[in-house]
Amino acid sequence: MEDKNKIQYIYGIADNALILGQRLSELCGHGPNLETDIAMTNMALDLLGQTRSYYQYVAQLSGEGKTEDDIAFLRIEREYKNVLLVEQPNTHFGYVIVRQFFFDIFHLLLLEKLQNSEDDTLAAIAKKSIKEVSYHQRFSSDWIKRLGDGTEESHQKVQEAVNHLWEYTDELFHSTDDDKIAVENKVGVNTLDLKEKYYQKLREVLEEATLDIPETKWFKKGGKQGVHTEYMGYLLADLQYMQRTYPNMKW
Amino acid sequence: MTIEFEQHIDPTLIPILEEVSDPEIPVLSIMDMGVVRSALFKDSIAQITITPTYSGCPAMDVIGDDIINAFAKANIKAKVSLVLSPAWTTDWITPRGRKALEKYGIAAPLDEEADKEALLGGKKIVKCPQCGSTNTKMISQFGSTACKALFKCNDCLEPFDYFKCLK
Repeated sequence: MEDKNKIQYIYGIADNALILGQRLSELCGHGPNLETDIAMTNMALDLLGQTRSYYQYVAQLSGEGKTEDDIAFLRIEREYKNVLLVEQPNTHFGYVIVRQFFFDIFHLLLLEKLQNSEDDTLAAIAKKSIKEVSYHQRFSSDWIKRLGDGTEESHQKVQEAVNHLWEYTDELFHSTDDDKIAVENKVGVNTLDLKEKYYQKLREVLEEATLDIPETKWFKKGGKQGVHTEYMGYLLADLQYMQRTYPNMKW
Repeated sequence: MTIEFEQHIDPTLIPILEEVSDPEIPVLSIMDMGVVRSALFKDSIAQITITPTYSGCPAMDVIGDDIINAFAKANIKAKVSLVLSPAWTTDWITPRGRKALEKYGIAAPLDEEADKEALLGGKKIVKCPQCGSTNTKMISQFGSTACKALFKCNDCLEPFDYFKCLK
């Protein structure tokens, strides 16, 4: 497998972690209470740590003197290959939890397969990340049940979030050309194989949370091709501001 | 308990490595934490390999600097590199390290099953490091650092950290 294809494949995984990590970081100091605030930032830290491992590997593969920081901060919007789900804004806590839950279930299934990749570095990152993401999944699943089976208001809010974010879930299983090459070379994971299990797990938790499963057959897509929702530009402006204003600055 | 990387550590380097501790848990040396994967002399430079506890743990950068400084004090040049595989587990914390944690006020990690029960099932099995009671309650699965969960003792009413099991 050529490095340029592998790099694109890694972006498809790593950018999800970066962008969701950034969204969770935005909640630092804004959580509904101290414990959830700390939980969100803990998860953000895990995701950003995972992102660093992936980007360090990309930097090494690209061999153009690039660093992990260049990759994180200096790409343009179209070059980010995260799914639309993770860039959706933090509206209210229930919405944040549903976004997290929809991603965590997928993330864990993906990593469980990626740890068998024939690429040793990706396998090592996956093995390391599984341990962390298991905690994320517990946290978000617990909160889905607590909010869904909670008060009338929490139930209604979280149901609305489920209905709204549901249409972003199908994209998790789309494959780009680079994904297909990675799968053929036993480097990548065929996400289609995860789909059935994913929706089954979603259903189990949502049913326990007394939430209805949306019936829509219409799904949004584009992020994996670099075509993002309007929220992405604002997110990147925030993320990249410092490096764009003071190029090459260091802490 | 088997610590597979022990054989890769030059015994003459151990005293210096034991001086370096986790900046967030100062009572725990990096040796007791089990993050030192190998430490060998190569071309008169001490080559130290460490493994992160959690991917995003900010302590790792500090630990790397601290190792270099500790060796510099002994007039030895050191180089630190990071490896991800095999991934660190809480099983690598030494018995001495576990004791140090308890003494410092952090409950040491339980085994995987018990950990799940403590964090999910609400079973009262995590022991309060202050008074020894197991009448404790989980407040949050995520604590002051990535590696810890927050607990409260129902008997002495003290809040305390529990070092989460990582396997």
